Amino acid sequence: MVSMSGRDIKEIKSMILDLIPSTLRMTTPIGYAAIGGIYSERSGIINLALEGIMLMGAYGYVIGAHASGSAWVGISVGIGLGVLISLFHAVATITFHAEQIVTGISINILALGITEYLIPTTERVPSLPDIGLPFIGSYSILVLALPILMIVSHVFIYYTPWGLRLRAAGESTEALKTLSLSRAKWQYVGVLLSGIFAGIGGCFLVSDVHHFTKGIIGGRGYEALAAVIFGNWRPLYGVAACLLFGFASSLDIVDVLNIPDQLIKILPHILTIVVLAGLVGRSRPPEALGKMKS
Amino acid sequence: MKLIPSVIAIVGFFLLCGIVLILRGQNAIEFYRTIYLSGFSSFDEFGSVLFNATPLIFTGLAVAIGYKAGLFNIGCEGQLFVAAFAAALVGIHINLPSILLIPFCLCAAMVAGAIWGGVPGLLKAKFGAHEVINTIMMNFIALALTNFLVTSVYKEPDQMIPHTSQIHDTARLPRLAGMIWFLPDSNYLNISFLIACACVIFCYILLKHTRWGYELRLVGNAPEVAEYGGINPRVVTVWVMALSGTIAGLAGVADVMGYRYRFADSFSSGWGFTGIAVALLGRNHPFGVFAAAILFGLLNKVALDIELFMNVPRGLFLLGQGILIIWLVCQEGISKRLKA
Repeated sequence: MVSMSGRDIKEIKSMILDLIPSTLRMTTPIGYAAIGGIYSERSGIINLALEGIMLMGAYGYVIGAHASGSAWVGISVGIGLGVLISLFHAVATITFHAEQIVTGISINILALGITEYLIPTTERVPSLPDIGLPFIGSYSILVLALPILMIVSHVFIYYTPWGLRLRAAGESTEALKTLSLSRAKWQYVGVLLSGIFAGIGGCFLVSDVHHFTKGIIGGRGYEALAAVIFGNWRPLYGVAACLLFGFASSLDIVDVLNIPDQLIKILPHILTIVVLAGLVGRSRPPEALGKMKS
Repeated sequence: MKLIPSVIAIVGFFLLCGIVLILRGQNAIEFYRTIYLSGFSSFDEFGSVLFNATPLIFTGLAVAIGYKAGLFNIGCEGQLFVAAFAAALVGIHINLPSILLIPFCLCAAMVAGAIWGGVPGLLKAKFGAHEVINTIMMNFIALALTNFLVTSVYKEPDQMIPHTSQIHDTARLPRLAGMIWFLPDSNYLNISFLIACACVIFCYILLKHTRWGYELRLVGNAPEVAEYGGINPRVVTVWVMALSGTIAGLAGVADVMGYRYRFADSFSSGWGFTGIAVALLGRNHPFGVFAAAILFGLLNKVALDIELFMNVPRGLFLLGQGILIIWLVCQEGISKRLKA
């Protein structure tokens, strides 16, 4: 803090102004993936595959955008591949009752294999359009769409009959059966929605920097999963947790305090451990999360 | 009977690779020949395979032993990073004869690994917090922490690459080349492989022939029965996670004390995660893990030659590995479907 007081007010003000856009940029990819993760986990399927889904999203984006020259084609292909790989997760875990955690990790290995086997172009690809808004400046359309998705997801999960069924699939192995509804069907919906949204998260990463690199996801899928748990499996809290994670990562870029950035980045992870332990607030998973048989 | 899915997986894997090669318009026979030449044509080549397999034996065992107790240790990567760093610190700062320094370094690494694995175990036992998330969080923390230390305080001065200075000569694990006449001096295979073999035997005896192993398996198979029988599953959870972390940590030791002789930033190519695949293919049996680790070691080594000589991206093997594990996790469900 000593060094802070040494800097003049103007410098601090400009740093804070730098922090906002970079926080939003860091939040957006994990925010989408976290919302995806919430859909999957609310339906009762543990989703450790978010990392791989995001990677396939990013990969699809770069292929689509490079081949067509259009960012919109890019995001469509990205979502398509995200859904396709999440379908693997869905079939394995829902239809064949495979161990969900191990399946998730094997999906991540598979995605890594695909992107390393058919290495996509390293050329610059177009990015999604920015939208300028008064007062807050100009941001990628995906950054601005995230709060909308967050609210829509909140309403969907808590205030619609479909959301109720999705939650019922995650809370009990038997509840939907008594209503003669298929639990498996709603779990497929949950996992495939996670494919769409985590895929978009991956697309954003490429759109943001115009390039694809093999380490582009860099553990963000796992961070998103932490945000899901940190946010107690709720879209609003989940995205808020992503905002915290995004803020911690952007302190590194903007270099505000003279604390090494790696140590700042550790904080959200320690917080997640603390929250999960129930020391500060209690994080409660869906009752039947990960359970396939009653 | 237990081995059938793994055999199908391995045969399927190599067939799949062959088919992909034919689709690429390349010679599949040439591909299998390259695998054979690169892996088995000489003691030197096979020694390199075993060298590549060594860290995977440790991480595979770590995952398997946790799995037997119904615990998922996804945190091997973090555990091996902190353990490697601990070994490097002791190896750099203390200068003693080998006979003392090597055990010292090993102990430091094992303690670091045990703490990193034990904390999620403790959190599970005490608060019911799921070990999967906590081990993932501990991975992030370990990677960031060691990255911080190796880029700042412990960075070798005047070097661009973030790595520590070298450990003392006396902390290095001797290479086997000096002891076995048919290995050339250039071969990297070292004592850490023998430590890995010892770990395999240790885990086998622990699981099959000791009271602790019995308790561990009982907690994994039927926690209620275990509790009824007077076993405290919480205690078992803590020591199994700590033991798992200890073994995973030795994978870091293999690199620091047996190969690089220093801690280098991001030295592991995902050994912690590959360990999950190794454990799965080895059916969580110590000997199975040993065999599966050698197969994966072979793939890691061959991948480079395949890329070099046949211009096939090494991603092919990762892709195959992904399909192989998905098959292994699904096979029970699939065979049930087929019977029904």
